[in-house]
Amino acid sequence: MSRLEIDELERKWLSVSLAMIGLFVGAIVVTAVSQGVHPPSHVETIDSASLHLSQEFAEDKLGVQPTPLADGSLQVRLVAGRYGFYPREIEVPAGRRIVFRMASMDVLHGAHIPMTNMSTMIVPGYVSEVVSVFPKPGEYPMLCNEYCGLGHDHMWSKVTVIAQENWREPATGGKQP
Amino acid sequence: MNDATVNRLTLFNFWVAFGAFGLACFFGMYQVLERSGLFTFLQSPAAYFASVSTHGVLMAFVLTTFFIMGFGYHTAARSLRRPLWNPPLAWAGYGVCVVGVALAAIPLLLGKASVLYTFYPPIQANVFFYLGATLLVVGSWFWCVIMLVMFAQWKRDRPGETVPLPMFATAANALLWLWTSAGVALESVFQLLPWALGLTDTIDVGLARTLFAWTLHPIVYFWLIPAYIALYCYVPQAAGGKLFSDVLARTAFVLILVLGLPIGFHHLYMDPEQGAGWKFLHMVGTFAVAIPTLLTGFTVIASLEMAGRKRGGAGLFGWIGALPWKNPMVLAAILSLLMLVLGGFGGIVNASYAMNAMVHNTAWVPGHFHLIFAGTVITMYLAVAYKLWPELCGRRLYSVDLALVQLWGWFIGMVIMTTPWHILGLLGQPRRISAVQYNSVLTLSWEPYELAMIAGGSILLASACLFVYLLYKTQTAGEKVDAREDAAADSNHGAPAWLNGFALWNRLILVLMVLSYGYPILQFFLLKTHSPTAWGY
Ligand code: HEM
Ligand SMILES: [Cu+2]
Ligand SMILES: [Cu+2]
Repeated sequence: MSRLEIDELERKWLSVSLAMIGLFVGAIVVTAVSQGVHPPSHVETIDSASLHLSQEFAEDKLGVQPTPLADGSLQVRLVAGRYGFYPREIEVPAGRRIVFRMASMDVLHGAHIPMTNMSTMIVPGYVSEVVSVFPKPGEYPMLCNEYCGLGHDHMWSKVTVIAQENWREPATGGKQP
Repeated sequence: MNDATVNRLTLFNFWVAFGAFGLACFFGMYQVLERSGLFTFLQSPAAYFASVSTHGVLMAFVLTTFFIMGFGYHTAARSLRRPLWNPPLAWAGYGVCVVGVALAAIPLLLGKASVLYTFYPPIQANVFFYLGATLLVVGSWFWCVIMLVMFAQWKRDRPGETVPLPMFATAANALLWLWTSAGVALESVFQLLPWALGLTDTIDVGLARTLFAWTLHPIVYFWLIPAYIALYCYVPQAAGGKLFSDVLARTAFVLILVLGLPIGFHHLYMDPEQGAGWKFLHMVGTFAVAIPTLLTGFTVIASLEMAGRKRGGAGLFGWIGALPWKNPMVLAAILSLLMLVLGGFGGIVNASYAMNAMVHNTAWVPGHFHLIFAGTVITMYLAVAYKLWPELCGRRLYSVDLALVQLWGWFIGMVIMTTPWHILGLLGQPRRISAVQYNSVLTLSWEPYELAMIAGGSILLASACLFVYLLYKTQTAGEKVDAREDAAADSNHGAPAWLNGFALWNRLILVLMVLSYGYPILQFFLLKTHSPTAWGY
C-alpha cells in the first residue's frame, strides 16, 4: 500500500485542478439558480405531421403574436421546414424579452442568430422554446445549424430588430412584412 | 510463431487505419476548397455532403477503430509477454470489421448515405450504410473480448501481481468501448435497421438522439486512451527518463472510464427532448472528467521535466531545451500537449451549459475537435506508428528527419486550419455547410478565414501523404535490423487491488448509467411521442 503515497507536488496539483473545476461548476450553478440561466429544455411533444392543423402552428397563427404574454414578453411562433424558418421575415423590438416557440415539420433543424444566445435544436415531434433579448437594433440572419438535407446551406430567415420607439405591435399573427 | 501472428495482425489493422486516414485527408482538402466558394467548378452540395459523410466516417470510425485494435493486440502480447489468445477469433473480428467498412463505403461513395457520421434520423440513408456501421462495431467487440480475456488470464496466472500499465489501460479501454458502443448498438438494432429495412414506418427521434449521445461522448475517450498510453508508457522512456507516477496514471485511466460514460447530454444541451435537470447533472460530470486530463498533463510534463534535467537542462525552463526534440515520440508528445492546452480552453466553453448556446453547431465545433482529435490524439497515433513500424517489419525507420518534418507539418497545418475555424464559429458560421452566401453582410466577413483554412489544409494533406509514404518506404525499403525493442515501460510493483482490476468500477458504472440515463430513456415510453416517418435529403 505504500505505493499510494502521493507526492507532495501531485497533491498540490490535484487541489488546483479540483479548485478550478469547482470554480467553473460553481459559476454555472450560481447563474442557473439565481438568474434561471438554462439551455432550452422544454419537454413538450407535438405531432409534426399535422402542424398545419394544430391550434398553435397553423399557417395563420405564425409569426410575432399580437397579444403579449402576461409578463410582457412577446411570443414568436415559427415553423422550421426545408429550407427556411416560416415566416421567412419577422420584426421584433429591441430590449424586450422574446419567447420563441418553434416546431419542425420534417427533419432536425437548428436555429441560431449569430452572436446572440438565441440558439436551439428543433427536433420533429417536439416544441422548442427559447427566450432571448436583443439589445441592438439591426438585421440579423437566423441560420439553420443542423444538417437537414442538401439545401441546408441555404436555410435561413431574416430577423429585424427594431428600436423600441419605432416598434408597432402587429395586429394579427403571421403574415409579417 | 505467435509473435509473427501478432505482428501481422497489428500491421493489417494499421494499414486499414492509415489507408483510411490518407484517403480521408483528400476528402478533407476538397471540403476546405469547396466551402471557400472560390472555386465555382467544385461547388456542389451533393458532392460536399457525400464527402463530409465519408471523411467523417473514415476518420472517426475507421481510422480509430482499426488503429486501436492493432495497438491493443500489440500491447497485450508485448506487455503481458504471452501469446495472443485465440488468433482465429481476432482475424474473424478483423474480417467482420472490413466487411462492414466495405458495405458502408458503397452507399457513402455513391451519395446514398450523405447523412454525416452522426446519421441522425429522420433523414434516412441506404440500409447498407447502417448494416456496415453495425458490423464495424460488432467486429470491434471481438477485440474487446480478446483484450479482457487476456487481462483476466494474466491475473489468474499471477495472483497478487500488478498488471503492466499499458495493458491495464488497454483493458480499461476495451471495457469502456463495450459500455460506450451499447448506446449506438441499441439505436441501430432496435430503431435504425428495422426502419431502414422498411419493417417500421416511423422512428422515435428523441430516443434515437438520446441513445446516440450515450455513445457520442465516451467514444472520444475510446480514441484518446491509446494516445494517453503512449504519453504515459512510451514518452518518458523516449525522453530518457521514467514515468513520474504509476499510481496517478492508473487513477487517471480509471477516472476516464468511470466519469467519461454518464455525461453524453452535453451534446444535447440545445435539445428540447431532455429536461434541464438532466442536462445539469451531465454538465457536472462533464467538468469532473477534465480531472484525469489535468492529471495526465501534469504527470507527462513532470516526467519530461525529470528527463530534461537528467540530460543537463537547468533553470526554470532549461529542461525544455534539453529534451530530445529530434526523437519523434518526444516531439509528438510536446506538440500534442500544446494542442491539448489550446483545445482544453475551447472544451470548457463547449461544456458550459448555457454558454454553449453561442457555439453550438457553429464552425467552432469542428474547429475544436480537429484541434484536439485530429491534432492531439492523431499526432500520438502517428508517433506510435513511427515507433512500432520498425518493430513490426524488422526494418529501420526510413528517415527520422522526414518523420520530424511530417510531425511539425501536422502541427503547423492544424494550428493554421483550426484557428480561423474557431473564429468563423464565433462569427456565427454554422458547421456542416458547403459554399454559401446568405446574402448578409455577416457572411462577407467569413472569407479571409476560409482562405487561411485552405492554407492549413494543404499543409495537412502534404503531411499526411508524407506519413503514409514513410510507412510504406520503411516496410519495403528500410534497412533490415533485428530490432526487438523493449516492451513499453511496465511497472510490476504492487498497486492496490482497486487499481489493478475493474470489478468495482464496472458496478459503479452500472449505477451511474442507470442514474443518468434511466429516466431520460424511460420517458420516451411514458410520454405521448409522435414519431416522424423517413425523409430523404
Ligand atoms: C487534411 C486534413 C483535414 C482537413 C483539411 C479536414 C477538413 C475538414 C472539413 C472542411 C470538414 C467539414 C466540416 C463542416 O462542413 O462543418 C471536416 C469534417 C470532419 N473531419 Fe476533418 N479534416 C482533416 C483531417 C481530419 C482528421 C485527421 C480527423 C480525425 C481523425 C478529422 C475528422 C473529421 C470529422 C469527424 C468530420 C465530420 C464533421 C461533421 O460531420 O460535422 N478530419 N474535416
Ligand atoms: Cu435546416
Ligand atoms: Cu462529448
